[in-house]
Amino acid sequence: MDWGSLQNFIDMGGYGLYVWGSYLVTLLAIAIETFSLREP
Amino acid sequence: MICSQTLQLLHFMRFWKYSTPQNFYPAAKKIAAVFFVLAICFGIPGLYVGFFVAPTDHQQGEAYRIIFIHVPAAWMSMFIYVVMAFWAAVGLILNTRLSSMLAQALAPTGALMTFLALWTGAFWGRPTWGTWWVWDARLTSELVLLFLYVGFMALRASIEDPRRADKASAILAIVGVVNVPIIYFSVKWWNTLHQGASVSLTKAPSMASDMLLGMLLMALSFWMYSIAVSMLRVRKIIRDRERNSGWLNN
Repeated sequence: MDWGSLQNFIDMGGYGLYVWGSYLVTLLAIAIETFSLREP
Repeated sequence: MICSQTLQLLHFMRFWKYSTPQNFYPAAKKIAAVFFVLAICFGIPGLYVGFFVAPTDHQQGEAYRIIFIHVPAAWMSMFIYVVMAFWAAVGLILNTRLSSMLAQALAPTGALMTFLALWTGAFWGRPTWGTWWVWDARLTSELVLLFLYVGFMALRASIEDPRRADKASAILAIVGVVNVPIIYFSVKWWNTLHQGASVSLTKAPSMASDMLLGMLLMALSFWMYSIAVSMLRVRKIIRDRERNSGWLNN
């Protein structure tokens, strides 16, 4: 899958808001969960 | 005969030794480490396939790439609930503390997976269906699953004695398990906006193989991650609930 440019990748064929809105929230959720379980 | 052989094998593996919080505690840390590594080992190739191998979809363009999060999260949301209900039932029936602690540890991760399935589903639905939400059987029953997880945690929190909380929440978990097959079969039993099963145990997948590969890798990654996180959480729960038992260096 050749995106051609970073801009195209971020743009996701016009669906960037939806795709990155999904992936970033997931990343955030995972980060919060794992950091909340760090052991002293 | 197979059952007694399994029990013998478990005996030789010293499996039953790990049924106490004290013995499970250090093992959980090792399990967590291994499964975090596995999560990454599946996740990185999964994301690579999802973004750099799987092609653009004819109908949905690039929007479909949400599938690589949405389906793994949804599968885990259902699977974790069944596992949670299983350990809650074991704790209720056999009166084992650690079983109930494990159910308690699984709930937040299950709830998170359910939330992610709903969130990513909404973000997928908006551009493809034209709506963030619809009250069809699949979406509604998944929302009910979120309420069940939150209800489980809230019920626990409302009961001071942890053992009573174990028993009450176990009843809720067990009763709620009926929702999982409802979610799964909803697209077959009712007219739903949500699409039907592309992947099943009984027929070939109706999905491009690169997309399927990415989805399966991410599903495995989410599974490994869920185990790792639940192991850390059960350690936290053990530290809290066993703080007066003497073996913890407080």
